[in-house]
Amino acid sequence: MSAINWRMPRWFYQMGSPKWFYEWAGRLQPWFAGSVFILLLWGMIWGLAFAPADYQQGNSFRIMYVHVPAAILSQSVFMAMAMAGAIGLIWKMKVAFMVARSCVAIGASFTAIALLTGAIWGKPTWGAFWVWDARLTSTLVLLFLYAGVMALNQAISERQTAGKASAILAIVGSINIPVIKYSVEWWNTLHQSSSFSFTEKPSMPAEMYLPLLLTVLGCYCFFSLLVLMRTRTQILQTQSQTSWLAAHRDIRGE
Amino acid sequence: MYFDSFQDLWQMAGHGVYVWSCYALFVALLGINLWHGMSQRRRAIKQVKALLRRNM
Repeated sequence: MSAINWRMPRWFYQMGSPKWFYEWAGRLQPWFAGSVFILLLWGMIWGLAFAPADYQQGNSFRIMYVHVPAAILSQSVFMAMAMAGAIGLIWKMKVAFMVARSCVAIGASFTAIALLTGAIWGKPTWGAFWVWDARLTSTLVLLFLYAGVMALNQAISERQTAGKASAILAIVGSINIPVIKYSVEWWNTLHQSSSFSFTEKPSMPAEMYLPLLLTVLGCYCFFSLLVLMRTRTQILQTQSQTSWLAAHRDIRGE
Repeated sequence: MYFDSFQDLWQMAGHGVYVWSCYALFVALLGINLWHGMSQRRRAIKQVKALLRRNM
């Protein structure tokens, strides 16, 4: 009789150590920063000045290159936050709660960008800044969920408790993600269906979707960069009594 | 370039105001996030240093 000898890989546990995370995140950060700069600059210039205009929407479709990545990220970040929270709850990993906490501000920002650019795009396309459409409403709910997680984190001063409470709200709130995703299919909506997915061949010509691919990847890199940076800051805030940090070049330098 | 001139690029046949404001918003919000993230880090480092100095 053999027990299932299934274990998480070593790096998974090492990442749970603040010292390890601090080191590795510090090494990864410059790569993400460089990727963000190249991908976003390239994608935005291509989308703004070189991609052909849409035959129906004209030039307003260029808003897609910032609107779609923000909308995709608003959902991905929430899922990442819920997953990090779940890992924190299951493995009692402090760093996972820190990662989840680092997701909140950037996720809320992407949601706000998606809503605002969507409103600006709606004006020339639908003739209104806002309609109570299923896609728009469920995304607004997502913004409120982010606000809720942020408020919980702020309200509870004990970090571990705040992490647990926020994780539960994020996990329960993630039920909204499939609602956003399928809202355009379940309800009769004004919002067009998904323009882009990693698994299907896009319906747009290459010179239209390649800039979008660049800005989407750029946003993923930006999110990664910010999460690494903010988690390292939380490690600095909570590990200030430890000897490894006192001896670290970030503290001893200058 | 898709447009004939920079004037065209700016105006985008009447859609310029919508498109450019969206891009500005996008860059501004990402910029604020980056700035805030970096300033929080600087503050945290300062606090750790101050704590160490007090304990020495």
